[in-house]
Amino acid sequence: MRVLLHQLRSEQLIFWRNRESAGFIFVFPLMLFLLLGAFYGDETTDEGYAGIEVLLAGMLGYGAANTGFAGMAITLVVRREYGILKRIRSTPLPASSYFAAALASTLFVFALQALVLLGLGRVLYDTALPERPLSLAFLVAFGAAAFAGMGIGTASLIRSAEGSSAVVNFILLPMAFLSGSFGGRDYPRVIEAIASVLPLKYFVDLLRGVYLEHERAWSNPGALAVVAAWGLGGALLGVRRFGWEPRER
Amino acid sequence: MAAISVRRLRKSYGPLEAVRGIDFEVAAGEVFGLLGPNGAGKTTTVEILEGYRSRDGGEVEVLGFDPGRGERGFKERIGVVLQSSELWASLTVREVHAIFAGYYKEPRDVEETIELVGLGQKRDARVKTLSGGQKRRLDLGVALVGDPELVFLDEPTTGFDPAARRNAWELVRSLRGLGKTVLLTTHYLDEAQQLADRVAVLVAGEIVKLGRPSELTAGAKAEIRYRRDGELVVLETEEPTRALHDLTAAALAEGRELEALEVRRATLEDVYLELVDEQPA
Repeated sequence: MRVLLHQLRSEQLIFWRNRESAGFIFVFPLMLFLLLGAFYGDETTDEGYAGIEVLLAGMLGYGAANTGFAGMAITLVVRREYGILKRIRSTPLPASSYFAAALASTLFVFALQALVLLGLGRVLYDTALPERPLSLAFLVAFGAAAFAGMGIGTASLIRSAEGSSAVVNFILLPMAFLSGSFGGRDYPRVIEAIASVLPLKYFVDLLRGVYLEHERAWSNPGALAVVAAWGLGGALLGVRRFGWEPRER
Repeated sequence: MAAISVRRLRKSYGPLEAVRGIDFEVAAGEVFGLLGPNGAGKTTTVEILEGYRSRDGGEVEVLGFDPGRGERGFKERIGVVLQSSELWASLTVREVHAIFAGYYKEPRDVEETIELVGLGQKRDARVKTLSGGQKRRLDLGVALVGDPELVFLDEPTTGFDPAARRNAWELVRSLRGLGKTVLLTTHYLDEAQQLADRVAVLVAGEIVKLGRPSELTAGAKAEIRYRRDGELVVLETEEPTRALHDLTAAALAEGRELEALEVRRATLEDVYLELVDEQPA
């Protein structure tokens, strides 16, 4: 437990000290929210929701995927290729503590980001506060964990540190767009069919349900199951294929 | 008790036999060098001892543990410096040491460790601002901060300029002063000769020679060279004293000067190159 807390503190220090990770993972989604918010500002959707609140729910989804999936995958690949994971492997830090701390650190960063998103929305665009804060808090933790699982799996497929950011965003940005993270989701059938297999689409559905329609998190068990299955699938792939040593030499 | 004991160790990668049944022991407090050309199996051997790699055959005991089991008690007692690793660039020297210190039950004092590896002036500097030599000191500091009994150094000076190598050698000597057991791999002869109490020469996965650096050269022939009428004459002899005496006596009797006279003992380098050449690649 002492080692786990130590590693969590270390992860936090490393995260906030690194401008690339703190900027790309933490600040970028907030910036995107401000920019798109200025754009969607006072629209009302066909379903009668405030456009800005639809955007806020979508950005919470993008944030979860960005922090959990992109952050975890890039961090793991870079540390693996730089030899940091191999170096840590020879210390008494157990692998389980390493991953538990990485996950806890991800949850912490995303929880903070979610609070800032809700706060910015409230102050700048007069968005509603969540009527079901516990359900929303659950979704925040659940989403960050599930996407972190996918990040671990994806890290095991990426070969080089240089390419990791590009590969991850090549997956993440189209997925976020198709899943309605950036606002509306009125796409042609074909694209909708593609979106309907993506975990982020279901996660955004869950967020919209809780935030816009004041549902409970578990009132959409199908969507929960899809997101959980993707997360578990990613984590299992990671467990099977994960390597501590650099792939490129 | 031996800190490291290796018996008939074997390891293959597919059809390639990287390590072909080697034996050696390293005593506690000893600095032991594994010397050999690139691809001789040095890193494979060390990584088996560190617990990174499994072995295909033979017995290995390190500090009484089987390193292949990856036990925490084993990892508490070893320190590892890898051939190449880059630690977190935006953290300071002190922060990196503190992170690693936190992984051990009984770490060394962080400040003291930083002083020990000569980074006292740089304790608050970011890792990315360190020179290559300073980064290797950081690697060593991080390996020592757990206060290990046994330190593995895999090619600690590859790519260094001569001054940085001398500095690194001083550091390794200071480890001996601390009573640490050191297993060092290198492909530099002078490094092995300077630092190691004993050296095993590893060529193509086999130990072809093992002993003190001075023993490795013992029994090798000496060379006497001089010029006679402008022609270089080279005598190889196992008895250089007698040969030289005969030669100079004859020259004195004839009133001749032996031009460019030199006597050379075979160096470790000669012995090593001979060993490496003898082995089919």
